[in-house]
Amino acid sequence: MSIPNVKMDTELPVNNVVIPVQEQLGNEESYLKLITKRFFKHKLAVVGLIIFSLMVLIAIFAPVIAPHNPYSVDGEFAAAPSAENILGTDEVGRDLFSRLLYAARVSLSVGVGAVAIYVAIGTILGAIAGYFGKWVDMVIMRITDVFMSFPYLMVILVLVSIMGPSLFNVILVLGLLGWPSIARLVRGCVLTIKEMDYVKAGVALGYSTPKIVFQHILPNCIAPILVNATFGIASAIIMEASLSFLGMGVQPPTASWGNMLNEAQSITVLATQPWLWIPPGVMILLAVLSINFMGDGLRDAMDPKSFK
Amino acid sequence: MSVEMSLEKDGIFKELSPLVEIQNLKKYYPIKKGILSKTVGHVKAVDGLNFSIYPGETISLVGESGCGKSTTGRAIVKLDPPTDGKVLFEGKDMATIQNKELRKIRTDMQIIFQDPYSSLNPRKRIGDLLAEPLIAHQLATKEEANKKVDRMLEIVGLTKFHKSRYPHEFSGGQRQRVGIARALMLNPKLIVCDEPVSALDVSIQAQVLNLLKDLQKEFNLTYLFIAHGLGAVKYISDRIAVMYLGKIVEIGKTEEIFKNPKHPYTKVLLSAYPIPNPHLRNRERIVVEGDVPSPANPPQGCRFHTRCPMVQAICKEKEPLLNATDHSVACHFPLN
Amino acid sequence: MFQYIIRRLLIAIPVLLGVTIFNFLIINLAPGNPVDMYINPDTTQADIDAKKEALGLNDPIYIQYFRWLGNLLQGDFGFSYTTYEPVLDLVLNRVGPTLLLMSTALIIAYIIAIPIGILSATKQYSWIDYLTTTFSFLGVSIPNFFLGLGSIYVFALVLNILPTGGMFTLGSNGGFMDTLFHLIMPAAILGTGIAGSTVRYVRSSMLEVLGQDYLRTARAKGLREFIVTNKHGLKNALIPIITIIGMEIPVLIGGAVVTEQIFQWPGLGQLTIQSISSRDYPTLMAINFIAALAVLFSNLLTDILYAVVDPRIKYN
Repeated sequence: MSIPNVKMDTELPVNNVVIPVQEQLGNEESYLKLITKRFFKHKLAVVGLIIFSLMVLIAIFAPVIAPHNPYSVDGEFAAAPSAENILGTDEVGRDLFSRLLYAARVSLSVGVGAVAIYVAIGTILGAIAGYFGKWVDMVIMRITDVFMSFPYLMVILVLVSIMGPSLFNVILVLGLLGWPSIARLVRGCVLTIKEMDYVKAGVALGYSTPKIVFQHILPNCIAPILVNATFGIASAIIMEASLSFLGMGVQPPTASWGNMLNEAQSITVLATQPWLWIPPGVMILLAVLSINFMGDGLRDAMDPKSFK
Repeated sequence: MSVEMSLEKDGIFKELSPLVEIQNLKKYYPIKKGILSKTVGHVKAVDGLNFSIYPGETISLVGESGCGKSTTGRAIVKLDPPTDGKVLFEGKDMATIQNKELRKIRTDMQIIFQDPYSSLNPRKRIGDLLAEPLIAHQLATKEEANKKVDRMLEIVGLTKFHKSRYPHEFSGGQRQRVGIARALMLNPKLIVCDEPVSALDVSIQAQVLNLLKDLQKEFNLTYLFIAHGLGAVKYISDRIAVMYLGKIVEIGKTEEIFKNPKHPYTKVLLSAYPIPNPHLRNRERIVVEGDVPSPANPPQGCRFHTRCPMVQAICKEKEPLLNATDHSVACHFPLN
Repeated sequence: MFQYIIRRLLIAIPVLLGVTIFNFLIINLAPGNPVDMYINPDTTQADIDAKKEALGLNDPIYIQYFRWLGNLLQGDFGFSYTTYEPVLDLVLNRVGPTLLLMSTALIIAYIIAIPIGILSATKQYSWIDYLTTTFSFLGVSIPNFFLGLGSIYVFALVLNILPTGGMFTLGSNGGFMDTLFHLIMPAAILGTGIAGSTVRYVRSSMLEVLGQDYLRTARAKGLREFIVTNKHGLKNALIPIITIIGMEIPVLIGGAVVTEQIFQWPGLGQLTIQSISSRDYPTLMAINFIAALAVLFSNLLTDILYAVVDPRIKYN
């Protein structure tokens, strides 16, 4: 809703020189409002948002929704779906449906936890490298190169096996290894923004360096960081699922969609008990797909080329 | 001493001690080539500048693109520290001032940028942008700062209703006004105006120049006005310094420069700026040949000799220095 | 150009050293030490101490590092904790199958991605475009082990036309067709895993080229649309696509680990999993090192290819 345009020719005498001014009162468009508007134009992104929100709700309210305790061994072994157990039971006798719901917590906490860690590390390192330049930049970039030279999965596997597989270790390792791409991104952005006149104005106005970096430069870098982080969450979820699938991630009895798929490595299970492995796989797919949709929508919404 | 008094003394502010003194200012940028990025040469953007800025005056730095005028402006406000030479502000050597003290001194000298589209943080509302300097230096509370912002917006010709808007909602001219307001927030003594009207439409240029002039009187400001043509500066300057390839070639009072240019290059500039009144257009037009030489490899002797219509042998060998008078020129054969 | 390559190589060296240091530190962090290999019920403490001394485990750590590095450069990766054979032999046996798998997957990925990407770009905003966008999203989002399990279920168990795993049929001599049969599914799974993102690259690259003026000229000359896109446009669009290969290699390596595990493909990936479960750190380190070398090499390749393609980068 906008206030109709009001044109006022105000004449403000400034030492007897008249400066006519036209005024238009309209919507004040903050950056956030703009982005949100554009995001919601993206159909797929909205779908992704809905699905993801559902997942978050499932994760939060799992104890309320789940019919059984995910750890309790009540049912028969590997029973087919029945009234008692909607999705059947696993090899040990636990209710599959409840485990499926609780596993959402694992995936989401890995996704968000790991990403939060590495965004923090990567942003700080990237900002330091970009702003101070010279040898600080060189050192940080070489370290980044070293980290980026390792195939991600392999290093994670090695580290987690050394540290012992657990949810916490998975989050830690993913968080400590994921920062290079963000660091590069932030560095590039800082390098660009640093040259802008408004940053130089900040220096001329006597602002301290942390103030300039955190209040002037970084807020203008949020777009690529956010997009990267969103896709990063999807990536982390898949990574955790892969690790748990290989037996190197979250260990039973804690339920993770990945470790629920672990049992399907046996051909018998694969062939005869589809309820064991299809639902967890589908859940991973839905979670990752919805996040990717959102990320795509975010990226398009924040695309600077489509701004005036 | 008030500004009016010193104006009466021929407009030459000799009696006052200079606000800024620039001594042998040099700014070189290294050129790197090869596998190991060795420095193979330097772009000599500013190569030995000497002049002073007196309180209350407007002195303009004029010259073609690449002559080093913007670089000088930035060096004075220490945005781009000089490679050599000294910048003295109120007698203090800027190079020796660091950190906290430097941040304090910065409140005395501000800069207005050329490009209105990159000089304002797109994420900040105008009101916040303008209040920030006061809050950052803890010179006012939020309410006090707000009041000052309201007042300042009115002074530059906007209104307090503009406080909650974002930069992209304003036109170029309006943004420049915001930039001016921002520069004024800390009550500086010196403002470096780096081609503040070059990016604006001609009709708006006049408005902004008028604004600057009025503000100077009201707030007792000293301006270093940087421009690439003589047209803009005629109206606003007390003194003009003409730069070529990193050096000042002529410096003096505005009327003197216009009536009595001594350096051939000054004459070239004079003949080039547009005069709206067709009847006043019959002036001597000096057309100069060739391109500006590269600042990485300035010519020997007088830097202008490669394009000077009056070049003689000595010009190619010996570099002329600025003679020390009120209307100084660096030329072996000054005109008149 | 040559200068650029030299400079890139020079930069790669400290990175490589960093990789080795990282590897070495991990080895020393890992529980278990080389001497454990030699322990049996008869060994005394004195024997253990003597062996430690002989293996140089009492020297300061940087000496141990340089000795380890020296061995590494000579190809001595130590001995496997589980099988006691030289790690180098163990690894070399497995490199072949993995390379076969990865290269086939890459080819499959490009065979899928290029036509689809081109089609999607030329028919932008049509239903084909939306279909391919959905496909590429799916490709990127589906965990490849799920896809692998699913395809085994469908093709091996239900339809019974492909084997469930391994590289050879047990008991047979192998042979080209046999290997091919076994190769199809794992390579297809691995390939489709990266096809999703490749399609996006192809599409955006094509879109950029299609908008160019020289194609307009070609059309204005009266050439058929098919020739315009495929002969003139494709050539230039393909160039950046080739540079992407370097970026896909690290992803392929990671994907290979999981794929080989599911399909019991006897490559480095499967060896990695085995080494982890058996805590065979020397083998693990060797595989890690080789993988890191592969990634470094592919990064270098990407940078050089970019420089070849875009002259502006050379002069940076």
